Amino acid sequence: MKTTSGWERLRAWFLLPAWIWMAVLFAAPFAIVVIYSLLTRGAYGGLGLPWTAENYQRLLDPLYLGIVLRSFAMAAAATAICLLLGFPLALFISRAGSHKNIYLQLVILPFWTSFLVRLYAWLFLLRDTGLINTALQHLGLIHDPLPLLYNDGAVLLGLVYGYLPFMVLPVYATLERLDPALVEAAADLGSKPWPTLLHVILPLSAPGVRAGSILVFIPALGAYLTPDLLGGGRTVLIGNLVQNQFTTARDWPFGASISVGLMALVGVLVLLMLRSEREGLV
Amino acid sequence: MKRWLGLYAAAVYCFLHLPLVILAVFSFNSSRFTVWQGFSLHWYLAIFQDRQLGESAWNSVIVAVAATILSTAAGTLCAYGLWKRGSTLLSGSLYLSLVTPEIVMGISLLALFQWSFRWLHWRMGLHTVILAHVAFSIAYVVIVIAARLRTFSPALEEAALDLGATEWQAFRFVTLPALLPGIVAAALLALTVSFDDYVITSMVAGVDSETLPMVIYAMARRGASPVINAISALIVVVFGALVLISERVRES
Amino acid sequence: MESILELRGLVKLFPNQRAVDGISLKIPRGGFYSLLGPSGCGKTTTLRLIAGFEQPTSGEVLLDGAVVNAQKPYQRNVSTVFQNYALFPHLTAADNIAFGLKRKNQSGIERKVREALELVRLTGKELSYPAQLSGGERQRVALARSLVLQPDVLLLDEPLAALDPKLRKQMRLELKEMQRRVGITFLLVTHDQEEALSMSDQLAVMNAGSIEQVGTPQDVYLRPSTRFVAGFLGAVNWIDGIGLRPEVTRISRTLPLNGGRFRPATVTGSVFLGNCVHVLTRLESGEDAVAEIPRDDTYKDGAYQAGERIHVCWNPSDEMIFP
Repeated sequence: MKTTSGWERLRAWFLLPAWIWMAVLFAAPFAIVVIYSLLTRGAYGGLGLPWTAENYQRLLDPLYLGIVLRSFAMAAAATAICLLLGFPLALFISRAGSHKNIYLQLVILPFWTSFLVRLYAWLFLLRDTGLINTALQHLGLIHDPLPLLYNDGAVLLGLVYGYLPFMVLPVYATLERLDPALVEAAADLGSKPWPTLLHVILPLSAPGVRAGSILVFIPALGAYLTPDLLGGGRTVLIGNLVQNQFTTARDWPFGASISVGLMALVGVLVLLMLRSEREGLV
Repeated sequence: MKRWLGLYAAAVYCFLHLPLVILAVFSFNSSRFTVWQGFSLHWYLAIFQDRQLGESAWNSVIVAVAATILSTAAGTLCAYGLWKRGSTLLSGSLYLSLVTPEIVMGISLLALFQWSFRWLHWRMGLHTVILAHVAFSIAYVVIVIAARLRTFSPALEEAALDLGATEWQAFRFVTLPALLPGIVAAALLALTVSFDDYVITSMVAGVDSETLPMVIYAMARRGASPVINAISALIVVVFGALVLISERVRES
Repeated sequence: MESILELRGLVKLFPNQRAVDGISLKIPRGGFYSLLGPSGCGKTTTLRLIAGFEQPTSGEVLLDGAVVNAQKPYQRNVSTVFQNYALFPHLTAADNIAFGLKRKNQSGIERKVREALELVRLTGKELSYPAQLSGGERQRVALARSLVLQPDVLLLDEPLAALDPKLRKQMRLELKEMQRRVGITFLLVTHDQEEALSMSDQLAVMNAGSIEQVGTPQDVYLRPSTRFVAGFLGAVNWIDGIGLRPEVTRISRTLPLNGGRFRPATVTGSVFLGNCVHVLTRLESGEDAVAEIPRDDTYKDGAYQAGERIHVCWNPSDEMIFP
């Protein structure tokens, strides 16, 4: 687009608020966090010199490494389950003809209502005094309540429940753009429905699957609220660890170093996603 | 295969929607236990009698409205500026702010405020919450407006210039009116995102600047009464309506 | 000899149109057959009914004597070359061609793929992906992919439409030659009458869901049975309800004495087309007529000027008369 000096001037003014945002509310906070990660924890929970790399070294401690690995495993599991659950749903919507939009809205809508409320819904269902336990007890199927909450399984459930739309949408976008003639050609050449799914549809949906996987993995990796509410403090993931350092443990430098590490991981994943985008996905 | 897909889709939709439906249904339960004992509206009445809920809800509204105004204005101008000529740095930052885990955003803003309070002599309060909300919602606004701009023809602005308008006038009288539905949609989106935020808000709120999500969180943790069910049902309905309106406006 | 493909009273109704309105056709083994008609006439729908992508509302499709209505596309022994080729973008040319063979678990796949590539003259492109091939090459891969399965009938949906004009003319000859060589029945669907005329042994002209005429290219061009067929196969001068092709319409400055028919007319213009000249005239009765004159003739008689009064004449045997 041609930009004469008149447009350039307008553009410069228009972008000013955003630049201020970037400097003050984005770059500066991160810069401060990076600096804090290199300082030492003070006696009463403050922080100050000397400069040290100790906070990063602590990350290699088996206790914390374990938390990182568990977060990875959780995020990976959540991503895998979202893929297994989400792919058939995306396939269904892509074949729903004139009702596509309604089905799509039905997937997106719950997500845009309150995240907190959606988590609480599961608390309501899974608690010892929750609906499921009460119902099972009433039916006489169990005597004592089942420990459905405050464990890894509940957190995994919450992650999948929360981030499923992030998998469904990109996969749907790719499936929707699939040339229907390709599926017809496969049938024409003697391929029954399941082999067609395996040999034609699945390979061609790879870009969408890649995008969806990263879009689920990243927030799952940095999740805080889900493990906090559904894991009840027993499931400690990276997000909980960070929050803990900035509140209860009052070890800001360490919390900062964990955050920097997490952001580094997120950065790498985003680069991967941008690369797959360039390979003709979006 | 189509039959199986249909059944499967129904099951997944149940999984997605049933928990909320059940929550809503039990908000009308006259008993506080998870056993249905009759229809009642008194939990809804209890909402209006709870002072803490009222104050926090009001705080949430103030924060959401203020943050929305600021982020929608800044975001719209930003999207327009980037449409004229992109900036990898700015686009990258906006994108990064979307993928940043909320807890990281929360603690980094906390760090910023703590550090700046050394010379600003401020304390945590609604103003810090508002700033934080602007921080994370600007990117949403930019995305919505940018999408809208993609369908806008630059020839219209060129025609305006040709007819004697300055660049600013072209924006003001040609582009801005065309963007209005998108701006409304973006504002509604920013509103819902701000109203619902817990993680970032909890890190930067002051002692007397509690928002509604913070109160809900505390109640949820305590395992308190079905008042939460009632609030939840209300929130879902209101947010759902706002999102639907936003989508409708966006499509027009 | 039984026909390889037969359509009996085929009807296909969509919610807002009668796409195919009672078509009966018998296609003999081993020839080049065309369905010709304007867009929307139902020819593509007919093709899809034969391939199995649509179910007929009523009527039957018979392949090699057997009714195949109930059979799915992957059960029928017909193969389709799609308009945009529908090559699998994630497979190489060789893998595309091998696709059908693998689904049927056939043996000797490598050899068959090699022979198919030789047939379409694409040896050496085995490992290329569709994105790396030109339009003409992609079409050949699509052909090879279908032919390698040795179907009873090869269906081609406007196969030349996506090619540029020069390539199109060349491909017509190649397709015709290919059909002769492999001996499989080709059924081509097109809206281009030149294509249908130049390639077909027999063709069926369709309009608004029905077949208006079946015959050889000569039959349908010289002896059209309806006004529609006449007009679709080529230009027509309508004079007094009689149809005349421009190439049999002549101009004369003098009254013709050889027993031909004639009408007085005024020249309204002439168009030089390189190999011939079109002289545009308006008859006294008000109709417009175009006479196609070989280039040499105009120089012999002198060019016709606008406003000149002449006679339009023709041979009665060239008349196309309709009920």
